[in-house]
Order: sequence, then C-alpha cells, then structure tokens
Amino acid sequence: MSTQPLSNQPQPMNFQSRSMRINTAGRSAMNYLVSGLSILATVLVILPLLAILFYLLYKGASSLNLAFFTHIPAPVGEAGGGMANSIVGSGIILLLASLMGIPIGIAAGVYLAEFGRGRALATAIRFTADVLNGVPSIVMGIAIYSLIVVQQKHFSALAGGVALAIMMVPTITRTTEEMLATVPHAIREAALGLGVPKWRTVISVSLRTASPGIITGCMLAFARVAGETAPLLFTAFGNQFWSFKLNEPIAALPLQIYVYAISPYDEWHRLAWAGSLVLIVLIMVSVTLVRIFANRGVLKGAS
Amino acid sequence: MISTRMTSENEPGPVLPVPNTLPARPTKFAADPAPVFGAPAPSSIREYLSKRGSGSLADNTFAAVMLVCACSIFAIVLFIFGILVIHSHLSLVQFGWKFFTRQAWDPVSGDFGALPFIYGTLATSFLALLMAVPLALGVAIFITELCPQPLRSPISFLTELLAAIPSVVYGLWAVFVLVPIMRDVLGPFLYKYLGWTGFFEGSNFGVGMLTAGIILAIMILPIISSLTRDIMNAVPNSQREAVLALGATRWEMIRIGVLRNSRIGIVGAIMLGLGRALGETMAVTMVIGNHPDIAKSLFAPGYTLASVIANEFSEASGDLYLSALIEIGLALFLVTIVVNAVARLMVWAVTRNAPARVH
Amino acid sequence: MGVGILVEDLNAWYGSTHTLQDINLHIPANHATALIGPSGCGKSTFVRCLNRMHETNPIARATGVVKMGEVDIYKDASPVEIRRRVGMVFQRPNPFPTMSIYDNVVSGLKLNGFRNRRILDETCERSLKQAALWEEVKDDLKKKSGASLSGGQQQRMCIARALAVDPEVLLMDEPASALDPVSTSKIEDLIFQLKSQYTIVIVTHNMQQAARVAENTGFFLNGKMVEFDSTHKIFTNPKDKRTEDYITGRFG
Repeated sequence: MSTQPLSNQPQPMNFQSRSMRINTAGRSAMNYLVSGLSILATVLVILPLLAILFYLLYKGASSLNLAFFTHIPAPVGEAGGGMANSIVGSGIILLLASLMGIPIGIAAGVYLAEFGRGRALATAIRFTADVLNGVPSIVMGIAIYSLIVVQQKHFSALAGGVALAIMMVPTITRTTEEMLATVPHAIREAALGLGVPKWRTVISVSLRTASPGIITGCMLAFARVAGETAPLLFTAFGNQFWSFKLNEPIAALPLQIYVYAISPYDEWHRLAWAGSLVLIVLIMVSVTLVRIFANRGVLKGAS
Repeated sequence: MISTRMTSENEPGPVLPVPNTLPARPTKFAADPAPVFGAPAPSSIREYLSKRGSGSLADNTFAAVMLVCACSIFAIVLFIFGILVIHSHLSLVQFGWKFFTRQAWDPVSGDFGALPFIYGTLATSFLALLMAVPLALGVAIFITELCPQPLRSPISFLTELLAAIPSVVYGLWAVFVLVPIMRDVLGPFLYKYLGWTGFFEGSNFGVGMLTAGIILAIMILPIISSLTRDIMNAVPNSQREAVLALGATRWEMIRIGVLRNSRIGIVGAIMLGLGRALGETMAVTMVIGNHPDIAKSLFAPGYTLASVIANEFSEASGDLYLSALIEIGLALFLVTIVVNAVARLMVWAVTRNAPARVH
Repeated sequence: MGVGILVEDLNAWYGSTHTLQDINLHIPANHATALIGPSGCGKSTFVRCLNRMHETNPIARATGVVKMGEVDIYKDASPVEIRRRVGMVFQRPNPFPTMSIYDNVVSGLKLNGFRNRRILDETCERSLKQAALWEEVKDDLKKKSGASLSGGQQQRMCIARALAVDPEVLLMDEPASALDPVSTSKIEDLIFQLKSQYTIVIVTHNMQQAARVAENTGFFLNGKMVEFDSTHKIFTNPKDKRTEDYITGRFG
C-alpha cells in the first residue's frame, strides 16, 4: 500500500467519462463505416464481372450454333456463317507463339534459378522481365511489323506468332524461376552427390519436380496472349477466309471480334458476341485449371 | 582423466600415423569381395561409371544455352527500342521535341503533334485511377482483413477472372452496354447535378473520355487489388497483434498496423495499375470517340496514344505519317517502361521477403 | 573394397570465412572413422571437401591435397567423376519426390545413363538389402513414391541409393540426427556391417554413436583438427586438453 495520501495516487483511467464515451463511439462508428465501405467496394467490383458474364452468356449463347464452329463468315447481308477460320487461325498463331516462346522462357527461367543465383546479371534480367511484362502489347505489334512485315511486304501468321511469343517469354521466365525456387536444395545436392552432372540434375531433378508449376505458368501465359488483339492488328492482320499458310494474313479470334464489333452490321455483331463467349470460356477454363493445378501441383512437387 | 569406458566391445583396428604407402585403388576387379547377400559382384557398375566422362562439355554447353536464352530478354527490349527509333527517324528529325507539345494532327498536310493524345492518355488514366484505387483498396482490405475464411478463395478467384477477360471483350461490352447507359442514364444524371462544374457539358453520345475512364477503371482494378493484397499479406501478424493489444478497433488496426507499413508498396501497386492504363488499347479505342481534341468536358470524345496507333496505323500513307505514329509508339514504350520500373522497385522494396507472384 | 584417404594441408573458405585450417589426416580404408566436435567447427565442411560438394557453393573454395588411393581428387579428376566414387548421405533424408522407391535407389545409375534392366533390378535388391530395407518395401518398389516412407525408412533408402553406385568411400553427415532412436540404432547397425566393405566417414554430434561404430575418431574445433586417434584412445585417454573438455561435456 502506498504511503501517499489517497488523492495523490494515480487514478485508473475512467472510460465512462463523457469525452471517453464519445471517443469510443466515434471510433466504433468509423470502424463500421469502413467495414461497410469495403464490403460495398467488393460488391461494386464483382458486379461488372457478373454483369459482363451474364450479358455475354445471354447474347452469345443465342448466337452460338454449330455453324459458328464450322463455317467461315458469310458475305455481308447474308445470315449464317461462323468464325471457324478465326478459331483455327488463333490456334495456329498460338501454336507458333508457344513453340517459340515456351522453350526460350523456360530456359531463361532455368538460368535465373539454377545458374544465376545471387549474380547481378540475374537480378538485371529478372527486373527487365518484370518491366517488359508491362509494355503495351500494341508496341510489340508495331515493332514486329517494322521487323518482319516491312521486310516481307505482307502480313503473315508468322509475324503474329512472333509478336505473341515475345509477350509470352517474360511471363514464362518469371513463373519458371519461381517454381524452380520452390524445389528444395537438398534434392539437388542428393543428385550432385551421386555424381550426376549438373545439366542432368537440372533436367531430371529440378525441372521434373517443379513441372506441375511450370506447366501452370505456361498455361497462364498462353491464356493471357490468347485474348490479345493489339499485337495482331498489324502482323496477322486478319482474313475473311480459310488460311493455313504461315506466310499469309490469318484470322484470329480476338482480332475478328474487334473487327466485327466496330462494324455497322448486325450479323457481324452477333458473331462478335458469340466469339467473345467462346474466347472467354476458353480463357476461364485455363485460369480455373491453373488454380487447381497450382494448389495441387506445388504441394506435391515440393514436399 | 576419464575413467568411464565409452567404447564398444569391438576394439579398433589400425591407427595413425600415416603410412608411406597407401592402399591403392583396385584397378582390376579380380579381388572382388565375397557377395554380401548372394547378389552378383557389383564390379560392372564401377566399371561403367568410371568410363563415363566428366560431362563437363555437356555442362558448359547447357549453361551457355540457358544464358543465351536468358539474355534474350535484354535482346527483346533493346530490339524494340532500336527498331522504334530507326523507324521513327523521319518524324524525330522533322519535329524534334516539339512533337509532344504541338496540337496539330493533319495527315494531309503532313503536320503532326502528339499533344492531344498525351492529354487523352493522361486524362483517361487519371480518371481510371480515381475510380479504381478506392475500390481496389476496399476490396483488398475486405479480402485480407474482414472476409470470412470460406469466402476468401471464391472472391479472390472472381477478381482473378476479372483480370483474365481480354481487352476486346471489355470493349465489346462497353460499346453495347456501357455506351447506351452513359448516353441515356448516367450522362443526363451527371449533367443535371454536376453540370455546374463544367466537366459534364456538351453533347453526349455515350462515347468519350468518361466512358473510356470507366472501362479502364474496371480493367485495372484487379491488378491493383491483387497486388495490394499481396503487399498487405506480407506485413507480419505481429504488427497487427501489437496494435490490437493497444485497444484499437479493427479499422484502426488495419490503418496503423498494416496500411502504414505497406504505404510504399501500395503506391507501387497503384503505379503498376497506371502503367497498364497508359498502354491499354482495344477497349479504350472502342469507346473514346477517336477525335484528337482537348476539351474540358468529360463527355467529349478524345484520343489516346495507343488508340491513334491502333486506328490509323494500317492506313498510314506516306513515310512521315507512319514515322509519326511509330514515334508515338516509342513514347508509349519509354513512358510505360519508366512507370513500371519505378513501380516494381517500390513493390519489391516491401515484398522482398515474402514469396512473390507474377502479375 | 574401400580406399584410404590422405588429406594434406586442406584449407577451406566460405567467402572470406576461413572454415578449415591446415587439416592433415589419414583415413584408413575399410574402417569407420568418426568426426566429432561442437556445432560449426567445420566437420561438415571437411566431409563435403572429400567429395568436392563444398565447391557447389559459388563463394566456397578449398586448397590442399586430398588423395583417395592414388588419385588427387582436386587435380586428377573432375568433381562429377569423384562423386561417382564417393557416396554421400545427408543429415536430413532427401529422396527424390517425383520418383518411386525403385527409381530413387537406382537413380545414381539411371541418371548416368545406365540402361541394363536386369542389373538395375539386381542392384536395387542388393542395395536395399544392404540398407536393411528390402523386407519392408520389396512389394511396393515401383508403386510407392520415395517420399511416402517414414523418416527412418527414407534415410535407409538414401543409404541404399548411395550404395547402389558401389562407391569406394561412404560419407555420412550426421545421418541419424533427424531420426528417432529405433531408426538410429538400425542405422548404426548398418554402418557396423558396411564398414568392412567401404571406407566410412561419419560426422556425428553424438559421442556415444562415435564410440559405438567407429574405429578411429577425429576431434574438430574451430576449423582445426585437434586430435585424431583410435576411438578407444580418444575417449579414454585423449592427448589434448581441449579434447578432454569436449568429451567430458564442458562445452559443445
């Protein structure tokens, strides 16, 4: 017990005084306000997504028929017709882009994770890849135009493929590097300790263990460039007819959607909606698959 | 001195010091040990392995190939820069720096100036940020701090889906849904109540700066939101607990314990959103009206750097015209690189120790 | 049969830290040699210098002479060739998670291009029997993944993996420190049986373990090798006072 007179002892804080009660009430109200605002924000964000999706389903589903997947566009004024050439064209360009972009991207990621750890060059490359991811795709388009289309004097599927490939490389590089970093160093050491040369260790141990994640990364990059229009505007250019040659202009799904959307013809608008639905379904399936694999694959590979 | 016997019953064999001759590595395998468990003598394995080379040639080749592929990233950047500079040479020489301050855009007379496009790009991006940042922060706060656990995954998945929708699909939706709404509902509403500000005047056909700003806001929202989420998750829980232990409300805990720590990172996330908005092409082109004007009203049509390239590139006749467009592309390239580089540095500074995700 | 190892003036660095200083010793063939000492004294670094794993770290380097039999492992051979002759078992079991038990055990052969199916099967059986794991896994060889076994089983599988390439030297860096006592005693029995066929170097924190399995013991302290002698001598009548202090538990 203190020997001081009672009035000099420190008093416990009085939370029941008027000013304290106002303070607490104010802070509490602010708390609820912010909670409410953030919930409102979330709702406002989800709304456009759902609005777009449902509107697409509504407009697109009614326009989808078998002819969409098997016919090329009909001449203006006639009904019927489809976007089969665009779907196939997209497939060809994406295949080209993947063949060029995926190996280079994975190899660059392998370098960053397995050979470049801690070195300044690797940091510079990593940073540059991240920055390159943010360059507008139309800039890639006009750069490839200047490189390939001008030389060849015509638009081509090849040019479109190259434009998409250079967009895939930075993304795949970073995801490959991150997936390889999750491989425990101990199993690399186990392989090296057995006298397995480094290159074989990288391929048969590191890449193999990280492969679910790396495939996921490639699918993400693929889904991203599948919807790109701008880089194809001046490289692939588009085509109303079937085209399988790499040296000719070729149709691509997002490209044709754009062309039809800004056209004045209702029939083409219908095709644009249907095409958008197909495109979105493909992309969403990829994103969902990626999510499933990411949850399963990383855990399985790295444990 | 130790008296406890810690050795086993089996007494040890040979000891030091170093003998002059060492036991040699058996080069012939005549003196194979008796098979231990009935298996054949393993000598063929030793023979096989000793014949394998050191693999150093393969190792060096492999490492070199990987290095070359990694340097391709540098090559891509340098190539884009180089080719844009070369092909915009005519315009660079003709107009110099004034290109970015002149307002003319007359392909017929060969007079080009990029100011309207710069204005259009900056205005739409700024508008988009104004609308998207509060919403994105709200969503991020909700998902990381307030959301009940079972809802967390679906909601973040939904925002990821939002990010996956291609630009042209956003544009399509904007043309047929957003533009009519703007023209018939939102426009008159804004004119009636906020017309006095001068931002909502003039004829409103639905296309214009405001519409472009709105669709841009929807598009950059997921990036800012998911990056902010990563940054907020990188703040250690001990910070949150320390603030709570002082008697803070939940909002105060978020403000003091989380947001204050991640300020720099959040600014970086916002800048990344800005970078994306600056370069966004398709959706903006479809709803901005494509008219190189600088006007105060948000209803007025405008033109952005990316849109003018998208619209006029294939019809550009004349080398100067093409060169001017490529110079615009060069400007866009450089600006987005700078914005992205600064943004990445800021985000990196905060999430250095947390596992990163690619965006 | 194993080979003897001669170490002369071995020095090792991690960056600028001088982790091993002037190590000189001779490890006799076909015997087990234990290396003891407090944490951080350099025993693991020393063992990793014996199969050139030390240099996998970009900031690490080593100087000196290490001879296995007639071969100077730093001058006469490449790291890859040396590691094929020297097996290593690590502190924590590190099976390859994407491979089955069978593939794990023969990985040293398969990843080096060995294709003969019959010999691979025989090698797998032999190694697993040597590691006293055969009975427990013989029915699941190709069905179960290497990572699905218990800790003790994984470590024995790693020992089998190291033995499958028929090394001349077996290096073990605290092989039982992450395991329960039953698994530990199984592994000690293993070492006891294997030492007549291979030269074994075992790093251990556990002095009783050293006493149980090794004929010779070396005591490391702060990067130097203080004393190397028969295990019996080290534990009953050490020459150096520092050894005596460590043995009696004064530090470390």
